[in-house]
Order: sequence, then structure tokens, then C-alpha cells
Amino acid sequence: MDLDYFFQLFLGGMTRGSIYALIALGYTMVYGIIKLINFAHGEIYMIGAFTALIIVGALGMTGLNPVLIFLIAGVIAVLTSAGYGVTIERIAYKPLRNAPRLSALISAIGMSLFLQNYVLLAQTSNFLPFPTLIPEFKFLANAGGIISSTQIIILATTALVMVVLTLLIKFTRIGKAMRATSQDRQMAQLVGIGINKVIAFTFVIGSFTAALGGVLICSHIGQINFYIGFIAGIKAFVAAVLGGIGSIPGAVLGSFVLGLTESFGTGYISSDYEDVFAFLFLVLILTIRPSGILGREKKAKV
Amino acid sequence: MLKLEDVVTCYGNIKALKGISITIQPGEIITVIGANGAGKSTTLMTICGIIPPRQGKIIYEGQDITNAEPDKIVGMGISQVPEGRRIFPFLTVQENLDMGAYLRRDTDGIKRDRDYIYELFPILAERRNQAGGTLSGGEQQMLAISRALMAKPKLLLMDEPSLGLAPIIVQQIFSIITKINQENGTTILLVEQNANMALKVAHRGYVMETGRITMEDTAKGLVSNPEVKDAYLGV
Repeated sequence: MDLDYFFQLFLGGMTRGSIYALIALGYTMVYGIIKLINFAHGEIYMIGAFTALIIVGALGMTGLNPVLIFLIAGVIAVLTSAGYGVTIERIAYKPLRNAPRLSALISAIGMSLFLQNYVLLAQTSNFLPFPTLIPEFKFLANAGGIISSTQIIILATTALVMVVLTLLIKFTRIGKAMRATSQDRQMAQLVGIGINKVIAFTFVIGSFTAALGGVLICSHIGQINFYIGFIAGIKAFVAAVLGGIGSIPGAVLGSFVLGLTESFGTGYISSDYEDVFAFLFLVLILTIRPSGILGREKKAKV
Repeated sequence: MLKLEDVVTCYGNIKALKGISITIQPGEIITVIGANGAGKSTTLMTICGIIPPRQGKIIYEGQDITNAEPDKIVGMGISQVPEGRRIFPFLTVQENLDMGAYLRRDTDGIKRDRDYIYELFPILAERRNQAGGTLSGGEQQMLAISRALMAKPKLLLMDEPSLGLAPIIVQQIFSIITKINQENGTTILLVEQNANMALKVAHRGYVMETGRITMEDTAKGLVSNPEVKDAYLGV
């Protein structure tokens, strides 16, 4: 029983970590490229979930196979969110690219508030139920409720996304251009990299994974409202900082560390302090390693 | 080939270039010499479109590139070896070279040029899978030059390639500059504080002082000019 409980917490933590990782990727990549904390990023996750909910509602009346509905809704949600991500960059950040960094940061906070209220007005402030579309896998019948089918899907999807993203960044032309741009933007321009394209692409990828996280978690938890992006966004941001902001493996590692800490903390200590664990851990890690677990030491440029 | 007409470039309200005119013919090695803060690097950054000029015109091969985007300008055949080398520190040597060829699509040609570079600088071949940031200063300068060459530039801009390097490496760098010019017919605009060396390899030169061109002559003419001797050659 005790061991079952442990595994349940472990898998719960991994699931949380997966979702944080999908969001944190966007934070860390955008920071790596334009040195901006994109505070509107959590909202992309929320918009992804809402788009999926709307599509699911619309398709629910057609009597299609629920899994198919889920897939269609997921694809549309992810594409829509990518559109939102790029648009946000275009209107809120691009005009400020040569402005002091604080200006863009404030613009990001503004964008976050705007998007929250936009969804609040367009939808409602109440929690909306997200229908169960994924059936329980048969082979889980013997697992004794340690893991659910949505959890398996979340873990598998996240793993797949990580692998694809790693390959993309390591080996493709655009991936190399992204790394070059994050290391020296001006030099990237001097070798002919169109940095506007690279930045837009970064927002597409970041929004894509965040929205994926949004859709997956809602199908797991079964309810959403306009505020989910804020709290998940903050947590994922903490995860990104924990791992070392700007580092992609760092964001993933930070997310799993954070997810597991929260899960074990709430499971063994008290669920009242759920959000405290995240920040407590952040403070602890940053005291020992100020640039995060896998963060690069900052070299001062003279 | 390249013509700057009365170019003014500013950082905020500070004029870094106060109306400079430079003409470069195809196949030439041109040097711009001058003290720190004269505006030499700004001139190169202005040509590359990083800091567009406030006034004046830049004409390259008959086309106005005054307000063109940097990637367009690179695509037209202008590459820069910037001051301080600016190697991508966490990309490998080979990836740095690939970045130099970013706008090229001819895979075979890129491979051929890469092999040529490795032949020219065997040390880079040896370190091809090492991160660029781990190379020594001289190796980084070779990599920076190689990266720029990978774009197959018609006009190569070089900013202080000798800065901070041991005399023997400086000799090597300058002989490579001559070689690039003679073998590939690449036009070179060389910005240098090391006027002695620069005037040895250049055909013509400009002297820059606080944002203005104060002198313009053949390299021989400048070397024998008493004012230049006094101020820049230290003889």
C-alpha cells in the first residue's frame, strides 16, 4: 500500500512535471533568443485549452469518435495558439526590440492581463467542465488506479516532444540558427540569419508546446477557467529558472524536479502548502546555484 | 563596387560618423586606419545594415543598400569579420562554419569550401567538433575569417583582425588576407589600428579621425606622408 502510494505520487509528479516542461520550454527558448520573460506565455496555454474546449463542444454534437474529436480539437488548439504566440510577438514585443528590457517586460505583463480578461469576457469566470474523451485503457485495469490513461498520454507526448525538439535544435538549419541567435544576435545577423524569422519561429514552437500542455492537462483534470494560465505559467517559469533559464534541458529538468517536489510535498506533508513547495525549492536551489541547475554562468561583457 | 556617400551614423544623439565618403573598386584591398573611437567599426556596422545611417547613401554594385536588412546585405555578397571575432561560443567549429554558409543552398559547394578551409587552417580541422569558445585567440580569429569566407563574399569587411594576437599570428593573418585577395579576387575593406601592417598589404587607405575621413591616398603615399608617420606609424 505504501509503495503504491509512493508510485502514485511519483507518477502524479511526473505528470505535473510534463505539463510544466511543455510550458517552460517556451519561456526558456524565448528568453534564450530575445532575453525576455514572456509573461503572456501562460495565457497561450490557457487559450490552447479553451480553443480545444470550444472545438470539442462543437464536434460533440456530430457523434464522432471521442478520441478523434480530441485529436482534431488538439490540432486546431495548437495551431490557433501558435498564431496567438506569433501575433503577440508582432504587436507587443517586436516594436520594443531595441527598447530597454523593462519596457518589453511590462508589455508582456500587459499582454497577459489583456488575454486573461479577453477570455473572461468572451467566456465566463466559472470553471467549465472539460469532457472525458480518452477512454481508460484496458491494460490499466490491473494497475490499481496508480496511473490513468490520460497520464500515460501526457508522459508519452511530452517525451516525444522533447526528442523531436532536441533533434530539431541540434541538427536542423533553423535549429542551428536559433542557437546562433541566442548566443550572439548581432553576429547572427552578420552571417545572414533573418532574426525576425528565427524569433517568430521560436514563438511558434513555444506556443505549440504550451498549448499542447493546456489541452492535455484539461483532459486530465476535466475543468478549466480563464485563470489556469496564470498559475501554471508562474510555476513553469519557476521551473525554467530552477533549471537555468535559457537552457532547454534545464527547463525540462527543472520542471520534473518541481513537479515531483510538489507531488511528494502535498502527498507526504500537507496539500495546504502546495504552492509553497515550488517557491521554497526555488529559493533553496538559487541560493546554491544562482544561475539554476544547468544554467550557464553569466560572463560580463565589457 | 562599394560607395559610401556622405554617410552620417548616430548612436542616439551622438554622431559617430559625420559624413564620410569611401569608394572601393573591385579587387582592391582598402584599409581604414585611425585611433580608438574614430568610427571605424561603426563604418563597417553601417555598411552591414546593423546600424543604418541617418543620412547619406550606400551603393553596392549599383544598388542602393542604405536601408537594406542585414541578411539581404549578406546575401548580396558582403561579409564581416567583426571586432573581437564574435565566434558563437557554444557552437562547434564546424557549426560556426555552417553558420557562415547560412544563406547558401549548394550543399556540395559548401562541403568543398569547408574542406578548403580545413586545408588552409589544419588546426580548425583538428578541432572541428570542439566548441568555438574553447579555441585560443588566434584560432578564433582564423575561425572568424573562415566563417566569413564560407559565405563566398565578394566584399570582405575585416575589423581589427590583428587585435590582441601574438606577432607571429598577426603575420600569418595578414598573409592570409593577401592570399584571399589574390587567389579569390575578393575585395577587402580592412579596418586597423595596426597601421604599419595594414598599409603593407593594402592598395589604398583612408585615415579616420573622430567620425571624419581626413586623408585618402595610395598605401605608399600614406606610408611616406609625414603626418601619418607621426600619428599612426610611430616612426
